[in-house]
Amino acid sequence: MLNQARPAIVSMLLFSAILGGAYPAVVTAAGGALFPAQAEGSLVRNAEGVVVGSKLIGQVTTSPGYLWPRPSAAGDGYNAAGSSGSNLGPLNPVLIERVAADAAAVRAYAPEGAIPPDAVTTSGSGLDPEISPEFAALQVDRIAEARGIEPSEVVAVVAANTEAPLLGFIGQARVNVLMTNLALDSAYPLQPAAE
Amino acid sequence: MNWQGWAEIALTLGLALALGWPLGIFMSRVWNKESTWLDPVLKPIERGFYAVAGIDPNKSQGWVGYGASLIAFNLFGFILLYAMLRLQGILPFNPQGFAGVSPDLAFNTAVSFVTNTNWQSYGGETTMSHFTQMVGLTTQNFVSAATGAAIAAALARAFAGNRETGIGNFWADLVRTTLYVLLPLAFVLAVALIGLGVVQNFAASVSATTLDGASQTISVAPTASQLAIKQLGINGGGIFNVNSAHPFENPNPLTNLMTAIAINTLGWAAFFAFGRSAFARKEIRALATAGILILGAGAGVIYVAEAQPAPALVAAGIENPVNMEGKETRFGLAGTAAWAAQTTGASNGSVNGMHDSLMPLGGGMSMLLMMLGEILPGGIGSGIAIMVVMAVLSVFVAGLMVGRTPEYLGKKIEAREIQFAMVALLVVPLSTLGLSALTVVWPGGLSSLFNPGAHGLSELLYAFTSATANNGSAFGGVSANVPWWNTTLGLAMLLGRFIPIVAVLAIAGSIVTKPKLAPSTGTLPTTGALFIGLLVGVIIILGALQYFPALALGPIVEHFQVLEAVAAN
Repeated sequence: MLNQARPAIVSMLLFSAILGGAYPAVVTAAGGALFPAQAEGSLVRNAEGVVVGSKLIGQVTTSPGYLWPRPSAAGDGYNAAGSSGSNLGPLNPVLIERVAADAAAVRAYAPEGAIPPDAVTTSGSGLDPEISPEFAALQVDRIAEARGIEPSEVVAVVAANTEAPLLGFIGQARVNVLMTNLALDSAYPLQPAAE
Repeated sequence: MNWQGWAEIALTLGLALALGWPLGIFMSRVWNKESTWLDPVLKPIERGFYAVAGIDPNKSQGWVGYGASLIAFNLFGFILLYAMLRLQGILPFNPQGFAGVSPDLAFNTAVSFVTNTNWQSYGGETTMSHFTQMVGLTTQNFVSAATGAAIAAALARAFAGNRETGIGNFWADLVRTTLYVLLPLAFVLAVALIGLGVVQNFAASVSATTLDGASQTISVAPTASQLAIKQLGINGGGIFNVNSAHPFENPNPLTNLMTAIAINTLGWAAFFAFGRSAFARKEIRALATAGILILGAGAGVIYVAEAQPAPALVAAGIENPVNMEGKETRFGLAGTAAWAAQTTGASNGSVNGMHDSLMPLGGGMSMLLMMLGEILPGGIGSGIAIMVVMAVLSVFVAGLMVGRTPEYLGKKIEAREIQFAMVALLVVPLSTLGLSALTVVWPGGLSSLFNPGAHGLSELLYAFTSATANNGSAFGGVSANVPWWNTTLGLAMLLGRFIPIVAVLAIAGSIVTKPKLAPSTGTLPTTGALFIGLLVGVIIILGALQYFPALALGPIVEHFQVLEAVAAN
């Protein structure tokens, strides 16, 4: 065994330098040079240059004029420093109660129309940046009313921020919540809350 | 369920297998020390490596020497990683200021990454510094995968050899697989993934001011570099707590497809490399056919299970009550089902949705795919090695039926081979079921469970199955970061890794000394549909016999409870 010690120790140290040091460093350099925006985290900045979030990370929105995301199990909701799913099993009473409450919350603003499953379930990451087009459609009237615009105008903005499945069958159709909200703000600014 | 979903599953599984073919030919060339087109760049690095480490790559080792080198390398790898984890607080690249981790978590994590399991009792973004993630964990992602590949290379040489003693040089197999196969692929995949949105930087985190005016802290990390090798090396340990469900690790359907293919493709490549290096292409094609049939069936079962009515959604009156709990919008049911099958059929363990929230049969099938021995296609090399053991067992069973000494790939299979084959196969249920049972009766053992009822037992069974099978995925609700669970799961990982490895090397050491026989009229053909059927039967009967009673108390009983709950609404 002793004659194995030198190759074992030296190769482990060499591997640590090559694979743990040089490899990530070169990948970081290449990524930063070729794709700086993505490497940084696909951050979105407003006109003043302030980071308002990441295109890839969901965030809590509560104003009725905004599209709302799915329920989230990450911390108090969309804690992007502590991703987490609910881990509730299909028969867990906590899940059954929570889904009922989530459905009631949707019904509060959308009395009509089928509630899609993503509207009442938490995502795996708790940071899902997207919702289904059906869930977005349920929120159109609420958004239009809050902004004082026609529902068709909201529908057009949502459609512009909807992505179809790749090649028609890989992945799902989905609406990016943050990008839709930013597009709504730029086209139809929210009135200052005077009333 | 829809045709798009079935097409996505078929495409993902099929592309992984198809890409494994050319990659396998390349891998075989690397094992055989044939020339490759990467030689001009990598040959000087390889030579330098040998010189510094004092390695003679051309010295063929017997199975004992080969095994001793493997154990020595893994032992020092464990010691180094354990030290790094304990000393994290004083090491560099720690912008979040994380402290060193506790002794039991350091033991569990070091064992986990050295054994290619990547079970994570911790949440990455809240526990591990960038230094630990890169120098400690990323490094082991490479070398633990190469260790598995070395087993297959050695076993292939044993079947190819004619009355020899050596099964190759462990150090050469380790270094060459790492430098020629894993490193170039990981680099290309990592850079491509950054282009598609995967984050890669060394900042601590980003502060954002949300549209609501709240502040949001967004964790970032050198993700792409570890993600690429976590998938290609069939490791599975994520940078972030939720692994490949995290939008920074898996931002869209294209990254999902690419990384899902990466989970399986080098596992299949090791099948084809074994076939080429052992001069048994047709026979190994039969093994791959058996593997993809079982894996495809498993993925189908999970997809069907997840599309069944989920009790909570039925109770709330949702019209399309499919189980989206724990799943990402961009992946949906099919993308999550294909992944769940691939990650458990291979010994990967990364997840793109929460397995704890799968329907009972979805989670149960994920568990069963691990219980079948991690051969679908399993880890790089470790999968094909155990699949060959299954094939040896199949010809043995057939030989018993007709009363002839069985042969496989031109080698007589005798008592010694079968004894070691049984050691390799039986240590897995012994560890899985034994440690599960012990935890059930251990004071406080059950307090780590999160969900009540049968699902709680599934959580426990899944954990020990995953650890022993060196998979690493989890029913994530389990609070595993306590001394009892960290220690027993660490033990399960060690048993499930090194006992089968030593047994396979012992088989290789015995096989290599035997004469290579030409097939006779009495030899059982090991290529056609008949043999594939026999092999599938042996794999499933073996798995079912070992685990059916335990599965009946967990996922199967829960399935009937779900049916009852749905019917009650």
